[in-house]
Amino acid sequence: MYKYDTYDQAMVDARVEEFRDQVKRRLEGHLSEDHFKPLRLQNGLYLQLHAYMLRVAIPYGTLSSAQMRVLGDIADKYDRGYGHFTTRQNIQYNWIQLDQTPDLLAELAKVEMHAIQTSGNCIRNISSDQYAGAAADEIVDPRPYAELLRQWSSFHPEFLVLPRKFKIAVIASETDRAAMKLHDIGIRMVRNAAGEIGAAFYVGGGMGRTPMIAPLVRAFVPLDQLITYAEACLRVYNRYGRRDNKYKARIKILVHELGKDEYTRQVEEEFAHLLTQGIEPPLAELERIKAHFTDPAYDTAAPDTLDRSDPDFALWVDRNCAAHKQPGYMIATISLKPVGGIPGDASGEQMRVMADLGLKYSFDELRVTHAQNIVLPHVRKADLYDLWQQLDAAGLATANLDLIGDIIACPGLDYCSLANARSIPVAQKISERFAAKQADLGELKLKISGCINACGHHHAGHIGILGVDKKGTENYQLLLGGCEGDDTSLGQITGPGFSEDGIVDAIDKATDVYLAHKQGDERLLDTYRRIGMAPFKEAIYE
Amino acid sequence: MSDVQFRFRTDDAVADPGVTVDVFGAQTNASAVRLEPGDDARDLLPHLDRIKLIEVNFPSFTDGRGFSSARVLREAGYTGELRAVGELPVDHLGHLRRCGFDSFAPDIPLNPVDAEAALARWEHVYQPAADGRVPIWNLRHG
Ligand code: HEM
Ligand code: SF4
Repeated sequence: MYKYDTYDQAMVDARVEEFRDQVKRRLEGHLSEDHFKPLRLQNGLYLQLHAYMLRVAIPYGTLSSAQMRVLGDIADKYDRGYGHFTTRQNIQYNWIQLDQTPDLLAELAKVEMHAIQTSGNCIRNISSDQYAGAAADEIVDPRPYAELLRQWSSFHPEFLVLPRKFKIAVIASETDRAAMKLHDIGIRMVRNAAGEIGAAFYVGGGMGRTPMIAPLVRAFVPLDQLITYAEACLRVYNRYGRRDNKYKARIKILVHELGKDEYTRQVEEEFAHLLTQGIEPPLAELERIKAHFTDPAYDTAAPDTLDRSDPDFALWVDRNCAAHKQPGYMIATISLKPVGGIPGDASGEQMRVMADLGLKYSFDELRVTHAQNIVLPHVRKADLYDLWQQLDAAGLATANLDLIGDIIACPGLDYCSLANARSIPVAQKISERFAAKQADLGELKLKISGCINACGHHHAGHIGILGVDKKGTENYQLLLGGCEGDDTSLGQITGPGFSEDGIVDAIDKATDVYLAHKQGDERLLDTYRRIGMAPFKEAIYE
Repeated sequence: MSDVQFRFRTDDAVADPGVTVDVFGAQTNASAVRLEPGDDARDLLPHLDRIKLIEVNFPSFTDGRGFSSARVLREAGYTGELRAVGELPVDHLGHLRRCGFDSFAPDIPLNPVDAEAALARWEHVYQPAADGRVPIWNLRHG
């Protein structure tokens, strides 16, 4: 795992002091709310319906046990005992007092954490594959590149007042577990014909009201030009991205309006110029960072077999554990989606339990996933049963990874000032309704957003739900056929929307259509792609 | 027009106000020009040798195009005065300076103590920009 040196620590400490000073000026009335807003946003502080909300960065989703423990303590000390893990691998606290935030940030800084650029019109926290470093199918660990980009983008003087927010994801596996093409820049580390590692750049994806899948703008950027290329992409955007309409200000609109070829041409021109400017970090820096991400000291004698005699345990392994590159190990996902629970929420106590288990069973490492779960990346198969029992005792052993109960939901009207409808109660109802049926439905990704901003990724759900406002009452549209993985696609709206209970019934009918038409081991998504919308529509609106 | 509140140069300031890019193109003897956010700084590159002052206007602090304009000019070798004018919050000062601005004429004068603190905030920086500071990733490797 990456560890700060004195430079990194000094940067974060300086930021805490800067923010302390900004808060002081705000509280003393020297700074208007209009001027304070962009400053607090670049520190992850939103003003919500009832209180301030603070978003803490978890760079590329990787956490140490000590960090997870502090996140749990903060939930107890500054929030009401909970934290909410988000689709961008961050954590949010919903009940924060402005005057306490500088102290909170100082506590985070002690464990090398911060809230820098977690919101606002700047380059946000860089996300990655939650299985990085452990996945059997990756060509390299993507996180060193994400860390290099983190440093480059932190307080980048030219790119702090962009037209709009800017999200980057870096992956290095064939399987895309990070919705890479739905980011402003998606980077896939690849190997070229000569065997060298480089970066493929996909630019201009995004969700929100105009969802777009990022096109490939360059198939191979050599490692000693990575930062320069990223800088060129950003500069073209900062100069020409639209600023007249905030709904058209994302880079996806620029790429769409210019066309991919013209955008690429402009980037290449800027890139050729920037190559003469010597802005690239030395390759030695990448090597230094890589040394932080070497494999842990695996037990090479770890048995590669599993005692599956406890059926509940076997079920959990089948659902929540994935293949590890090291024989004798598995990747274990802790579902934060108990039946009827709030997706992504964990109590302070649960975070401390996960911290302890990460230390004991997973080389002091945990991950946050964009599906709002927690991963223990390196668990010995021989330890899985003990781990499972302890998770179970803490209410953390729900066996539903990638099932319909593993819902992604945004905060919605319960917490968010932009919402049209509540997301959480709908998620809870669906989770309860399908608890018994979900195993038969297999992989089924359901995602809920409380408004068109799409924080809950509803466009990318096999089943998506979008909360809308219909003459003052909450209404829910149903989408089918979205997918965030390698075969990224955007969901289509089925037709008129539903009430809160109506949407649950409609989903029930849609899943019946799937079960009736399913061939072989098709998922609902596959069946939908094969038979199309009509049979679903017919059943839902009969 | 607002007064220059901070200037980090020792040469004499140009007295004439900057003309617009359009006027500048037509008026071959102007030595001061004013860039609006929508202007392309690269249009000035052929004329840099006769320009002594470029004002970059920030009509709103939420429009950051001027940050790129400044770097484009400095990267092209412009060494004359580069002045940020308009709505300049104190918290942008250090970043503007890094992008190559060496004088500041904010609409609303800044508290000098806050400004000094903002400029001194970061002992080190992660990435290179137009101010010649050595980034952390070079310091780490000697
Ligand atoms: C509760 C306060 C929140 C507010 C006010 C908020 C606001 C917004 C807005 C305005 C957008 C649309 C941006 C655009 O299209 O340009 C957006 C998109 C998004 N937000 Fe949030 N959000 C909130 C919470 C969250 C949470 C909790 C998550 C993670 C679970 C999240 C993740 C995202 C994602 C993934 C997108 C889509 C990004 C894209 O368009 O590519 N947001 N948010
Ligand atoms: S999707 Fe809408 S309701 Fe949900 S968190 Fe985002 S802005 Fe709020």
